[in-house]
Amino acid sequence: MSGEMSHADVHCGAHGASAGVGPRRAVPPGEDLVKGFWRENPVLVQLLGLCPTLAVTNSVANSAVMGIATFFVLVGSSLLVSASRRFIPNEVRIASYILIIATFVSVAEMALQALVPGIHKALGAFVALIVVNCIILGRQEAFAGKNPVGRSVLDAVGMGIGFMIMMLIMGSVREVLGSGTFLGVSLFGPAYEPWVIMVLPPGGFFTLAFVLLAVAWLKRRKALRARAAERHDVAVVERAA
Amino acid sequence: MGDLAWIFVSSMVVNNFTLMLFLGLCPFLGVSGRIDTALRMGVANTFVLIVTAVAVWFLNAFVLPSAPYLRLIAFIIVIASLVQIVEMVIKKLSPALFRALGIYLPLITTNCAILALAIFQTNREYGLLEGVVFAIGSGAGLTLALVLMASIREGIELADVPAVLKGTALVLMIAGSLSLAFMGFAGLLSS
Repeated sequence: MSGEMSHADVHCGAHGASAGVGPRRAVPPGEDLVKGFWRENPVLVQLLGLCPTLAVTNSVANSAVMGIATFFVLVGSSLLVSASRRFIPNEVRIASYILIIATFVSVAEMALQALVPGIHKALGAFVALIVVNCIILGRQEAFAGKNPVGRSVLDAVGMGIGFMIMMLIMGSVREVLGSGTFLGVSLFGPAYEPWVIMVLPPGGFFTLAFVLLAVAWLKRRKALRARAAERHDVAVVERAA
Repeated sequence: MGDLAWIFVSSMVVNNFTLMLFLGLCPFLGVSGRIDTALRMGVANTFVLIVTAVAVWFLNAFVLPSAPYLRLIAFIIVIASLVQIVEMVIKKLSPALFRALGIYLPLITTNCAILALAIFQTNREYGLLEGVVFAIGSGAGLTLALVLMASIREGIELADVPAVLKGTALVLMIAGSLSLAFMGFAGLLSS
């Protein structure tokens, strides 16, 4: 257990995610995009960016805005980092990445303040905290810093969508259970007694725990079935022989 | 004096950074396996938080009024360089402590609790003394959460939990229960 944990911790130090896509192996462009959706989902599999996933997912609207802001910052900084990767000296690369990310976050923060002031207020410090979101720095270090622009943008779009998917799952579960609404529209009528704890901090921990649990259970079931199918095949072959 | 005590209590338990505001979850999930490392991580964090509070006060008082749009960039650069300086100073003055803190010290740069402290301190317009008390309180809160978590995890290390539950899911459930317990402190605010 502790091995897995320290793994997650290393990611947060931006020492490169486990994305096992070596620069030399030929990878179809679709793969760069799709891997972030589920198989290498930044939140579910790599356990990065947990702070916003837990903190601002108490309603669907907040989650969506946070997801879009993070997506914008991730794609923007991947584009810029990848385009300027030949000019950034290796020794100061992390500092340069952070500067680039901070610039995009400043842009995102000002834009949100102007476009959706209510949600910007609800998100509070977490918009500014996109700067230290491990997903973004992790992708720069693991991918954009050493891959061409096109692939880096695809990778960033994939990871950004993966993050948004998780934000929306968390936000939907917590809003539906905790307030009985979806995007502010009442679902169950006035008789529904809201499960208030789900929109409060403990609900965030519990929801993510159960989502991770469900994923682990699905994976385990799949592995068991694969093993059973294999055993079945072997049996068939033996019987045939 | 009452105000300062209030800031301290509020930042330590009522608005505990880790359990109520979800800040600094990486070390909370990553290095909460053993009590002694958790304690060290907490102390290192507290130390950086205090230094940051002083630096942010300085920035807010003298530099940023003339360039408010550089706030975020200025904060993150100052935090990153401060952690680097603190690392070098500790290495020079106390190699033993440096070895004890190990990898945790540089990792603190990417801990969102530090940047969050800078932003909260700015938004609430804390002065120097208030800022430092806020930093000490938040650091104490982080340490408390880390040590509590590490104690529970050491306690259940040999427990027979279902295989699918092992790992992060279990830790998050414990965190949820701790957070539930800390909600009890919320009543302190209204009284």
